[in-house]
Amino acid sequence: MKFSLVVHSSPISQQSAATAFRFAKTALEAGHEIFRVFYYGDGVLVANSQIAPPQDEINLPEMWQALAKQYDIDLVVCIAAAVKRGVLDDNEAKRYEKDAANLAAGFELSGLGQLAEAIALSDRVITFGA
Amino acid sequence: MTLHLLNKSPQSMSLYSNMLASLSDNDSILLIEDGAYGALSAHNKIFKSLPDTVSLFVLRADTEARGLSERVSALFEVIDDNQFVELTCQNVKVVSWY
Repeated sequence: MKFSLVVHSSPISQQSAATAFRFAKTALEAGHEIFRVFYYGDGVLVANSQIAPPQDEINLPEMWQALAKQYDIDLVVCIAAAVKRGVLDDNEAKRYEKDAANLAAGFELSGLGQLAEAIALSDRVITFGA
Repeated sequence: MTLHLLNKSPQSMSLYSNMLASLSDNDSILLIEDGAYGALSAHNKIFKSLPDTVSLFVLRADTEARGLSERVSALFEVIDDNQFVELTCQNVKVVSWY
């Protein structure tokens, strides 16, 4: 089965961001495919490379990066939601004249078209709400 | 056949009402995260009037994390993460209530 996931929840303060990761890992290990993960709303904070969780807490940005690398998953971050929350790639940092870009490796800023495409091309789309 | 995922405790009663109002025969409900509180026997009345064709599930990790394992209502089947994935395959649509 081909899945896509939509993650609305903050990796800092909401359990649902961790549930989404657990679901993805479980599905992949069961032999399913994850076509795309689309981060929306506060979910985009997972792509901030400056996040530094305490040692004894889970590090969702690193966990997603490792999973995406292992299974070749498309991690797409809503560009409007990201820029608003200070998650910028090189282009956006230049466009808004900010000091630095901070989009974590393995993530990509893009638009809702990528979500529409994921909905069209996946067998199942699972939303993890805030 | 639709799977309804709900992740809030029954304190968000309108969320439960809206979900229940949208149910069809042969749908399933899976309570996750704080939704696990909804599977307590004390909340049986929320689900009692549902038709027999509607199946009720709660996620094991979330009931254990909240110390609720011994108090889950007999109306619910406790399932693990693998069964969660299987449920999303068996149902044609998955709707999240949050």
